Amino acid sequence: MAKKHALSTRLWHWVNAVAIIVLFMTGLNISNAHRNLYWGQYGFDPADAWLHVIRFPGWATIPGHYNLALARDWHITMAWPFGIGVLFIWVAMLVNGHFRRDLTTSPKDWTPGAVIASIKAHSGPNAGAHHGYNSVQKILYGGVFGVLLPLMLISGLAISPGAGGYAPWLIDLFGGRQSARSLHFIAAWGIFGFFVIHILLALTDWRLILEMFTGGKRESAAPPPPPQPDPIPAADEGAPAHG
Amino acid sequence: MVDLPRRSLLAGIAALGASACTKINESEAAGSLFKAAEDGHRVLHRALAGKQGLAKEFTRDQRSPTFRGNGSVTVADPFYQDQLAKGFPDWKLEVRGLVEKPLALGLAEVKALPQRTQITRHDCVEGWSAIGEWQGVQLGALLDAAKVKESAKFIVFRCADTLYGRDYYESIDMVDAYHAQTIIAHSLNGEPLPEKNGAPLRMRIERQLGYKQAKYVKAIEAVTSFDQIGQGGGGFWEDVAGYQWYAGV
Repeated sequence: MAKKHALSTRLWHWVNAVAIIVLFMTGLNISNAHRNLYWGQYGFDPADAWLHVIRFPGWATIPGHYNLALARDWHITMAWPFGIGVLFIWVAMLVNGHFRRDLTTSPKDWTPGAVIASIKAHSGPNAGAHHGYNSVQKILYGGVFGVLLPLMLISGLAISPGAGGYAPWLIDLFGGRQSARSLHFIAAWGIFGFFVIHILLALTDWRLILEMFTGGKRESAAPPPPPQPDPIPAADEGAPAHG
Repeated sequence: MVDLPRRSLLAGIAALGASACTKINESEAAGSLFKAAEDGHRVLHRALAGKQGLAKEFTRDQRSPTFRGNGSVTVADPFYQDQLAKGFPDWKLEVRGLVEKPLALGLAEVKALPQRTQITRHDCVEGWSAIGEWQGVQLGALLDAAKVKESAKFIVFRCADTLYGRDYYESIDMVDAYHAQTIIAHSLNGEPLPEKNGAPLRMRIERQLGYKQAKYVKAIEAVTSFDQIGQGGGGFWEDVAGYQWYAGV
């Protein structure tokens, strides 16, 4: 029986969930150390900043008070499971077909009609009963896997002065270390935005969360099922409407 | 009175939980996890860069208009202030510790040695960056001149400044000590170092963060271990605040 979520997906999902929560909240603590963002190679003068960042309160940061050394310890540590995890899930998705099946879009996925159909499918009484990802899911998940997560990883590497020793081109790719730092910040909030939507939608049906542990069942694989010789007696009222 | 021990047990567990939360950050397990992560970054950087991978160098027109001073920006020591006013005629840079030929060089002698000029980016642990042109002597050349012994594993920089009543110091390993861009700089943007940037001599270790770039350097000391120096963290901020010794991340 094919699982709805592959073991690799589930393992990565929860390791990554812990990693990004810690990385995000320690990142806010680190942001408090210098609350200005710049474009370009250098930047230290608030007058040159494109954004003056608020001071993030203790309830939003790890640790719960300003401690740059400890926040960096956690950040640098959790960067390992995060970074290795992003590489791992990409390899796994390419190998097991998750990428091709669920994340690649065709031009029709980008039409307003596809977006409306996706929202209807996700909010109606049969939400979750459709197979595969709808257009909006493909675009959102594709943006997270294809853009935000790699951007987070690569911009994080570029900010590290040690990266200058092995990949000076990496900094140039971003147009400078301060640009990389700004994009690291923006991508973090992009992931936070996804996180909020993702949790709100998952909470609409607790089975979705459970399935991320158990794997769930893949209800009718992508090719249409062979015709059933005998209709199953309608023993269950209110059986799932999809078939 | 069965309830009492149970209640106190629950209270004890609750207290344990609460203290575990506050103590987890300081626990030995967390400490060794952090150390492993830090070492991992260093090993990965070294593996990818090789020992001599160079940090990016910039052109003159890419320099920042000024170069921010941070941490110590002045030195209270009267001898230092007297020397600063006079242009450091009697300032000596010692090279000592595990060397066969200890040195004590005046500023003019340092400037007479082969020089390296590099326009590099300075990254503060806080997040900001500045770009400046540094000129000075390669640390490796100085260690060779002093005939550093095989037993030396780390180089410690002793500084004239104090913060919170403690002497500033820093340390690096021999890989960074012999890196081409590791220099003892006497000039910034073609001028003698200003006081805020570490006059008369400061370190440039271009693949690490700003707090490693010791200013107001008085002595360079070759050691086998920095366990007995300061609180054993290998540097002022490492001791005082628990900053990472490897500051390449």
